[in-house]
Amino acid sequence: MKPMSVIVRTVSNMFTWFLMVFGAYVIVHGHLTPGGGFQGGAVVATGIAFLLVAQGGDRLLPWVRPLYLTFLESLGLLAFLALGFLGVRRAFFYNALANTGSFWFGQPTPLGANSGVLGTSGTIALMNLAVGLEVMAGLSMILLVMFKGIRLYETQGKGEAGHDR
Amino acid sequence: MYLVALLLLGGILWQGLVSVHPFGDPGEVPMDQYYLEKAQPEKAANNVVTAIVFDYRGFDTLGEGAVLFTAICSVAALFRQGGHGK
Repeated sequence: MKPMSVIVRTVSNMFTWFLMVFGAYVIVHGHLTPGGGFQGGAVVATGIAFLLVAQGGDRLLPWVRPLYLTFLESLGLLAFLALGFLGVRRAFFYNALANTGSFWFGQPTPLGANSGVLGTSGTIALMNLAVGLEVMAGLSMILLVMFKGIRLYETQGKGEAGHDR
Repeated sequence: MYLVALLLLGGILWQGLVSVHPFGDPGEVPMDQYYLEKAQPEKAANNVVTAIVFDYRGFDTLGEGAVLFTAICSVAALFRQGGHGK
């Protein structure tokens, strides 16, 4: 894909930062506000799609490498599974960190309607981070891999050039 | 023939439609009440939906993540570059 016009590129340069920060906010505050790992990861991947459409793949691909994204995706799913095994002494996916007073999101939350404390809810916040990492890397990976498929189709002519000999 | 089948099916579906409980009056209340009352003291999470998705029904979310991972693996395998023996 070729880069779009200078207007679109300027707007994407300004707007993508807000999109990334908003996605990170939705992931990190998943246990306090609506949203969570899946939604925030989708927002960050939307920012990657925005960059890919506006700036073109040849500028984006040196920044975002699919190898790193594969690593992050696998790391997210493995971290989620490990957090599920954290409370296996009681039950699988038992929340072993909530209300323990530990540094890892262990504070108790005030009861009733309140705006919430960031350091609460135990493994729920950590699982939000893990799932957000997985979804962000996974959806960006789908975008980049499909872009590479389109480029392969355009450079090598029509037909199934790269898939089988 | 088709008209008879249509009337039969419509009658069955209409029977099901009129026997649905009204909006705002769910049938199984105790489970909802448990979540709403225990999510804050037990799991220290203000967002009850996240407490259900990631804690009470965490195994379901693990399956969801596994489905996403499998889909991404299959897309990457479908769009891979280079063929066999290259």
